[in-house]
Amino acid sequence: MSVAMQNNQALVEYLLRLADTDMVLAQRFCEWCGNAPALEEEVAMMNVGLDLLGQARNWYDYAAELRDDGRDADFLAFRRNEREYRNLLIAEQPRGDYAVTTAKQFFFDVWHHLVLTGLTESSDERIAGLAAKGLKESTYHRRRSSEWMLRLGQGTEESHRRLTDAVQNLWRFTYELTDTDEIEDQLAEAGIGAGNVGDAWRAEVARVFAEAGLDLPEPARHFYMDGKNGKHTEHLGFLLAEMQSLPRAYPDATW
Amino acid sequence: MYAQQVDTGSKGLKSLDEMSPEERHFQEKVNAETKIEPKNWMPDGYRKTLIRQISQHAHSEIVGMLPEGNWLTRAPSLKRKLQLMAKIQDEAGHGLYLYSAMETLGADRDDEIDKLHRGEVKFSSIFTYPTLTWADMGAIGWLVDGAAIVNQVPLQRCSYGPYARAMIRVCKEESFHQRQGYEILLTMMREGTDEQKAMVQDAINRFWWPSLMMFGPSDADSPNSAQSMAWKIKRHGNDDLRQRFLDQTVPQLEFLGCTAPDPDLKWNEETGHYDFGEIQWQEFFDVLKGHSPCGVERIQQRKNAIDEGQWVRDAAVAYADKQKANAA
Repeated sequence: MSVAMQNNQALVEYLLRLADTDMVLAQRFCEWCGNAPALEEEVAMMNVGLDLLGQARNWYDYAAELRDDGRDADFLAFRRNEREYRNLLIAEQPRGDYAVTTAKQFFFDVWHHLVLTGLTESSDERIAGLAAKGLKESTYHRRRSSEWMLRLGQGTEESHRRLTDAVQNLWRFTYELTDTDEIEDQLAEAGIGAGNVGDAWRAEVARVFAEAGLDLPEPARHFYMDGKNGKHTEHLGFLLAEMQSLPRAYPDATW
Repeated sequence: MYAQQVDTGSKGLKSLDEMSPEERHFQEKVNAETKIEPKNWMPDGYRKTLIRQISQHAHSEIVGMLPEGNWLTRAPSLKRKLQLMAKIQDEAGHGLYLYSAMETLGADRDDEIDKLHRGEVKFSSIFTYPTLTWADMGAIGWLVDGAAIVNQVPLQRCSYGPYARAMIRVCKEESFHQRQGYEILLTMMREGTDEQKAMVQDAINRFWWPSLMMFGPSDADSPNSAQSMAWKIKRHGNDDLRQRFLDQTVPQLEFLGCTAPDPDLKWNEETGHYDFGEIQWQEFFDVLKGHSPCGVERIQQRKNAIDEGQWVRDAAVAYADKQKANAA
């Protein structure tokens, strides 16, 4: 296999990881519809969810073109099963209370912002362009979730306790945000991917934790599951069963 | 409509001669189509009527997110999911916008929402119906948003400035939602399978009559309607608006290739309007009283969201207070 073909295959995997993570997070935001703690948050969460879904669609479109097997973006989103999904594990964790959603989103947003920043320099112009567009949205997402980390961290005893619990529970899944595998390393070397953002992620998380008055846990250790390679927690199956129910029940339908 | 059966407290219209000087000045302004603004004097009844109407309208926008939220996690394609999320986001925005307009009248958003959760005030009857298939997302966009627009277009000229201006923006977005809803149904009818076509017809069968009921019963003898019209809050009678909606909707129904669940529906050459069958008003009154498939659940979900979010809002307030104290 030529280097170009290897890169192409790796790139499809890489795009699916980005797309699936965005998609799964957007789905979790959909679950908040009508359940947010304030009307302003209904608007804000739907807004962030929309951004992520839009980004997912862009990555899926590109992945579908590269795969060139007649399958479109909708197929990639709605017809792949849990072992084929490539999202980060933290994305599929249940929405929980607002502290869980805030912590989850904050960990992701810091990572996402760094990755998209890196991708704006990608030698692949399509990726660089989409990353630049996504980065504007992600900059707002990161600011928003960072502000909520401060509000909940410094707000009341209850909010501090809930946020601390959420952080403790979610922390193990942050390993994936600070680690890269061969595919990511290969694409980073080729000047296409963003590479490892672990150090910058830890620094930014530490900064916000200090301001929020939260104890920073030890760096998360190697984890036994690996969402980027299709080994998920038990939550993803249910999320996909719901999200994909119509396209699977009516495979010949046009919506 | 999104605001139905709004009580004006009126027992009959006063003539200009019977009015106090302030009332007369107010009514003359209204008659001259000068907008009433928040700081202007206004009769107590006018203020209360508007608070009732705008809050009911706002509640309906927010409760109206729930039947759509029921399908948001199951939207069948990326495009449809994006559209529905954007629509729901617009509705939350309309709610916020309307509550702000209401607050210019001295009402408090949290108080009015509490009243909704205690069952003391209503939201639109249409949102007490369940959404059973994806086609319902199309039917709601087309019929429900369509009916809302027919009602809201005249509200853009409502005598109360902040409400009229809110309606201008809301109408623009609702028109977009209506076209999207129709396009959902058209796609299923033109490109869909037989099962999908049956889904569309079923959705229309279920939402047809409730959409016509949205305009409320005939207001020929209602003192509330007469008062609202005199104040130029309301511009047209319920039956007129219903007829307008029906006349524009039936050709769209035919273009879809679907039928209405009304054997009496037919074009009347003489009147230049569609005739239609008798509306079962008992259902409407039952639904408003909470005897409906989802009315209780809708309010319960809203109440839970606000109750469970209390600690979040408390934290935000505590944090803002600390920031202020630190800055001082």
